[in-house]
Amino acid sequence: MSSGAASRRRLRVVRGRSRPRGGSRRSNTAPRPFGGWITPWLYLAPALVVLGGLLAYPVYQLGLISLFHFTQAQVSGGEPTTFKGFGNYAELFADDQFWQVLLATLLFAAACVVSTLAVGCALAVLLTRVRAVPRLALMLAGLGAWATPAVTGSTVWLFLFDADFGPVNRVLGLGDHAWTYGRYSAFFLVLLEVVWCSFPFVMVTVYAGIRAVPAEVLEAAALDGASQWRIWRSVLAPMLRPILVVVTIQSVIWDFKIFTQIYVMTGGGGIAGQNLVLNVYAYQKAFASSQYSLGAAIGVVMLLILLSVTLVYLRLLRRQGEEL
Amino acid sequence: MRRFVRRPWRLAAEATALLVAVVVAFPLYWMVLGAFKPAGEIESDRPRPWTLTPTLDSFRRVFGQQEFGRYFVNSVVVAVAVVIASALIAFLAATAVTRFRFRMRTTLLIMFLVAQMVPVEALTIPLFFLMRDLGQLNTLWSLILPHIAFSLPFAIWMLRGFVKAVPEALEEAAYIDGASRARFLWQILFPLVLPGLVATSVFSFISTWNDFLFAKSFIISDISQSTLPMALLVFYKPDEPDWGGVMAASTVMTIPVLVFFVLVQRRLVSGLGGAVKD
Repeated sequence: MSSGAASRRRLRVVRGRSRPRGGSRRSNTAPRPFGGWITPWLYLAPALVVLGGLLAYPVYQLGLISLFHFTQAQVSGGEPTTFKGFGNYAELFADDQFWQVLLATLLFAAACVVSTLAVGCALAVLLTRVRAVPRLALMLAGLGAWATPAVTGSTVWLFLFDADFGPVNRVLGLGDHAWTYGRYSAFFLVLLEVVWCSFPFVMVTVYAGIRAVPAEVLEAAALDGASQWRIWRSVLAPMLRPILVVVTIQSVIWDFKIFTQIYVMTGGGGIAGQNLVLNVYAYQKAFASSQYSLGAAIGVVMLLILLSVTLVYLRLLRRQGEEL
Repeated sequence: MRRFVRRPWRLAAEATALLVAVVVAFPLYWMVLGAFKPAGEIESDRPRPWTLTPTLDSFRRVFGQQEFGRYFVNSVVVAVAVVIASALIAFLAATAVTRFRFRMRTTLLIMFLVAQMVPVEALTIPLFFLMRDLGQLNTLWSLILPHIAFSLPFAIWMLRGFVKAVPEALEEAAYIDGASRARFLWQILFPLVLPGLVATSVFSFISTWNDFLFAKSFIISDISQSTLPMALLVFYKPDEPDWGGVMAASTVMTIPVLVFFVLVQRRLVSGLGGAVKD
């Protein structure tokens, strides 16, 4: 029976091979219902239409708005728009507050990324060392924190640290210390919330990565007398490097763009704007004070910073020899 | 690896894991507890980690708020539409960039990567004008369409690994057995990358469900078209928050995501693991 099936299959292979295929240089026997080159573009068409219309075009518009004088009067059609060139950028760069917000954004994002990665990786390693019940408990708690929407996470953490009704001040004996009044304690509180809701992504991904490393490799290393540290450094770390790069880059992107947590937890940027980050600053400029063109210019600055991160990422990928 | 860990260390590790789990879960516990506490108890300056008189008052207040149920349905409609649309579109696109060699392929991949970096909050300004010109302000489309676009780049980038992991030989075998390209795509490739689709869906679901900036900016005059985060912020006023209402609304808003997560939990972990092997 099996030999019959095999010979039928072989026959089909032969028949398949003998059919002439025009123009295709690919080695496989893929059919070409629409002709070779057009198929990938048909698959890509929906994505390109959506991305072109709702991402690329708005980015272009953002750049355009940043070059014009564009406030409430122009939006309502009361005054004509006038071209300002780089005037908005000049205004922005002359403003001390912009540089303060930029510095705060970079430091805050860096603190969030480092804390998230440290906690996430440490707990991922911990997950590999424990039996099923503690592992499931930590995994479910992490998924719960991950699943919590940013708005609700923000309000819940405010409630936990509330000066009058929160349990944290009672446990720490801080009386009615108001966390959101001080600049650094407010940033610290937001940092805690951000780490809480974003470490699970790192933990689960790195844990899945460690699990994907074949057990034989680790056993062989142990049999060869390698210490735990040596196994981590020489076997696990190199195999995990791609995944570590991915979670680092994702964290950088997410933490640099934080909006909801800052907006909700510090009431739109803290007292006198002491807790502003670029995203919230742009929003405030555009929608609270109707300076759309300044808001757009800040958006362009953010875009350029994140683009430079992308370039670093691409270089890392290339150095690893990964084919795109 | 477990075999190489000595016993006292393992017990210490397990105790640490359980302790961390408790700390991580505590905010969620506090949220649910706050939702069930009677008003007087919430406003006590000696908060207790339990309550002897649970009440549904806060939930009644939340659901008694104008059209809260409507907000909830709107949120679900927007999130489900975005998840399904972006999964299908990303699947096709990821297949195109992994299964075909064509000019511009690398350029496109880099463009998808760059697209992930776009700070979407900054696009609120141009998107507002675009939605206005399309006549879509105050409709759910003004939330669905931008979120599909923002979910796509990451979904394509992540799915790429899953599509790549399906051996070429399988594709050849399918064609040899007489399958059409469409049949291979939907009946063979699609089920195989489903764990990857689940993992990417988690991300698009969360980012859509989370959004309150677009709801706040694009749904301005017809409040019945708004979503849950807006309803939540009705109770949260920085000067005088109604904590019971905030915690009840937060609980209602978090439960669907939790259910979704628990449903996909296994596939999520194996899915992220699959991305690693890439």
